[in-house]
Amino acid sequence: MSATEAPASPVSPADERTTTGPGRRWGGLSETALRNLALVGVLVVLVIIGAVTRPDLYGDPVRVRDNVFTILEQASVIGVVTVGMTFVIIGGGIDLSVGAIVALAGVWCTTVATQSYGTFGMIFTALTVGLCVGLVNGGLISYGRLVPFIATLAMMVAARGLAASISGKQTQVSENRTINAIASTDVLGIPLLVVILAVVVAAGWVLLNRTTFGRRTVAVGGNREAARLAGINVTRHTMLLYALSGLCCGIAAIMLTSLSTSAQAGAANLYELDAIAAAIIGGTLLSGGRGSIIGSLLGVLVFSTITNLFAINNLATEVQNMVKGGIIVAAVLVQQVRFKSLTTIFART
Amino acid sequence: MSARSARSVPGRGAGGRGAAAVAPATEPVLRLQGVVKTFPGVRALDGVEVEVLPGEVHCLLGQNGAGKSTLIKVLAGVHRPDAGTITWRGAPASFADPQAAMRAGIATIYQELDLVEEMSVAENIFLGHEDRRLGFVRRAQMARRAREILARLGHPEIPPHRPVRLLPAAGKQVVSMGRALSHAARLIIMDEPSAVLAHDEVANLFRIIRELTAQGIAVIYISHRLEEIREIGDRVTVLKDGRTTAANLPARTTPTKDLVSRMTGRTIEYVFPRRTAREPGEELLRVEHLSRPGEFADVSLSVHSGEIVGIAGLVGSGRSELLETIFGARRAAGGTVRVNGRALRPGSVGAAVRAGLGMAPEERKSQALLLGEPIYRNVTLAAFGAYATGGLTNAARERAEAERVAGQLDLRPRDVRRPVGTLSGGNQQKVVVGRWLLGGTRLLLLDEPTRGVDVGARAELYELIRELTAREVGVLLVSSEVPEVLGLADRVLVMREGRVVHEAPADELDEGTVLDLVMAGSLMEEAAV
Repeated sequence: MSATEAPASPVSPADERTTTGPGRRWGGLSETALRNLALVGVLVVLVIIGAVTRPDLYGDPVRVRDNVFTILEQASVIGVVTVGMTFVIIGGGIDLSVGAIVALAGVWCTTVATQSYGTFGMIFTALTVGLCVGLVNGGLISYGRLVPFIATLAMMVAARGLAASISGKQTQVSENRTINAIASTDVLGIPLLVVILAVVVAAGWVLLNRTTFGRRTVAVGGNREAARLAGINVTRHTMLLYALSGLCCGIAAIMLTSLSTSAQAGAANLYELDAIAAAIIGGTLLSGGRGSIIGSLLGVLVFSTITNLFAINNLATEVQNMVKGGIIVAAVLVQQVRFKSLTTIFART
Repeated sequence: MSARSARSVPGRGAGGRGAAAVAPATEPVLRLQGVVKTFPGVRALDGVEVEVLPGEVHCLLGQNGAGKSTLIKVLAGVHRPDAGTITWRGAPASFADPQAAMRAGIATIYQELDLVEEMSVAENIFLGHEDRRLGFVRRAQMARRAREILARLGHPEIPPHRPVRLLPAAGKQVVSMGRALSHAARLIIMDEPSAVLAHDEVANLFRIIRELTAQGIAVIYISHRLEEIREIGDRVTVLKDGRTTAANLPARTTPTKDLVSRMTGRTIEYVFPRRTAREPGEELLRVEHLSRPGEFADVSLSVHSGEIVGIAGLVGSGRSELLETIFGARRAAGGTVRVNGRALRPGSVGAAVRAGLGMAPEERKSQALLLGEPIYRNVTLAAFGAYATGGLTNAARERAEAERVAGQLDLRPRDVRRPVGTLSGGNQQKVVVGRWLLGGTRLLLLDEPTRGVDVGARAELYELIRELTAREVGVLLVSSEVPEVLGLADRVLVMREGRVVHEAPADELDEGTVLDLVMAGSLMEEAAV
């Protein structure tokens, strides 16, 4: 059971088979890799259901491609938010304010004044607002010793309030053509929003699995006291995690503004729940110390594929939400079974 | 009312000291015969014999690891014995769970009281067996009965509606005892009840104990403080290595040296590595007048390179807190810590690690390890940054370094990609110590390095700690096991109640002397008599 994605091991497959640790069962696949494979399996099943219910749509390669891009585009904004959320949860925290930060950053970067600074000014504003709100969250939690749930709950309410006050409760239309074009631009045939998601996910994977920042995140979330006694600056690192989450929200705000060519205080509603749910079904432990960026991405994709499945069949969204709820419960139940089998192995040795 | 004056009060209860000090006049309420309890790798109880009379204060005495805690848990229904018989009020008994023991009339008051802080005094007293009618709690009735119980304990001034968290430690203890009375307990086990109390509160505790015994309730009293045992106890049973070495000694008249000698002298002799004859090198650590209110005061000590300094002391003597303060995990209120002559920034673990300090904390699992993470990542937890280039970790280098350490420590199994949680206690401890063999650690602080480690692995750890001194590393070692401190350390400091009370080379001390100093005994007093 490696806590993160199985690193590219320099050991040959033959060596893999000879090791017998619990993390090396099933022909050398780690626990995380197995879990991710299971999520891929769920995605395949969802696609098959789509193909059966809408054979006309799935019969045409062009429409299939367009539909896949639709799913990915829908996943892109929440996907970026989920990457930040995954770091916060692995680090032992929770961020309930992500939806509000996206809304605030969107509103702030589309005020008439900000828009007058042009594309760069708008992007800079969105990222800075996200980062700063994240730093405030982190400061309250790490230096102010507030419980993450409370601090980010307060921020969730306050940031929406600030967004409403800045926008005067009006929808602010983006007049910036470059920003508005992001959602409709393709790079090498792939929508730019999907490219941004891919870049953020790749950066998140490297950050978690290949950098000292990622190692500190796992250590702080896995055993805060052990991390502290190993000389890791737990307080500072906790703050940086929330700043990272805020920064991801800033990126998401630009994407969302481009998609709707506008911003408003009520945007990105309940994103925090979608992001947490995606991270959880992706195998991130809510108690911290273990998690996977790829798993989170797959979690987001499962949700957006379900949404798409209902949309292409013109089914009511109420049923869709019930199905989503069921999937969250099922995923957590499966994880508990896994965890139990693992603890029995611990107990035996 | 002072405890001392109470001593002269005649008629100290049904089974009072005068009547039943040595020869049991009445039928014992509890009798344990040949009780055995084994855990993987440890025989915690190995034929324990205890006999408790109604209305007596029966003291259990023994060093750490003698089996006192396990014995309490067997009586409280937490553990089931593997062999032996428990006779409770004249009939063989077996308690399936703590509720069963409670129903039978055995109440246990643990050191860390199991009260619900946010609930009221009355709610805590009747927790789990509330006075109910049609599912509604009868609050007024419960408050009235709580008031009766508190009055019986001599504390009518505690309001039944007050939340427990607002009570001082002594008041909480009274509530715990009230819970025992609400179950109509015939035997109350108290595990170091005085450890959390101030001096004058102890007198109050003794008054309550006397009132309980006067009502015929038996008390098993566990304490390391001999003076308390002398004051409150009727009879003493001594445990060592899970066995009863002496039973039913009169608490007041048995000489201290007899008690101490029955607690000391291991049947299992640990093999300690030979001390090296070399003179210690330059001074690595100098601690001067270090203080933290309520934990320790005015501690000064030094550790030289290639030297092992041991601190002997009980849990609560301030030794672990001292170690953590030196390491920067707690901020000192006063005093200085110097490493190689340079003052260390207080309250900063990072600064301590950079200065060459390393620590293996007391609670391995909760304070030192990421149990689900692979061994190598636990070994490199304090050093992975040093192997990284531009923030990118170097997994291959980390594994190689961890494998090198695993080889040095003879870690079993050797595969460093296994989760550390799958290792035995001894091997987990090797991982924690091994963490500090990677970098430039010059001084290692070890807090209870052999807790939960089986006999074979202990010898290996001792060997390893001794080997470190050959590499010019200094070691500051804390242990509740006196033989361990004496066998391993070159120089020994004895701590009691937050102060260093004695310092001497290890070979000038013996177990009995240290134990006596640690337990605030009265060797001097008796020598004078």
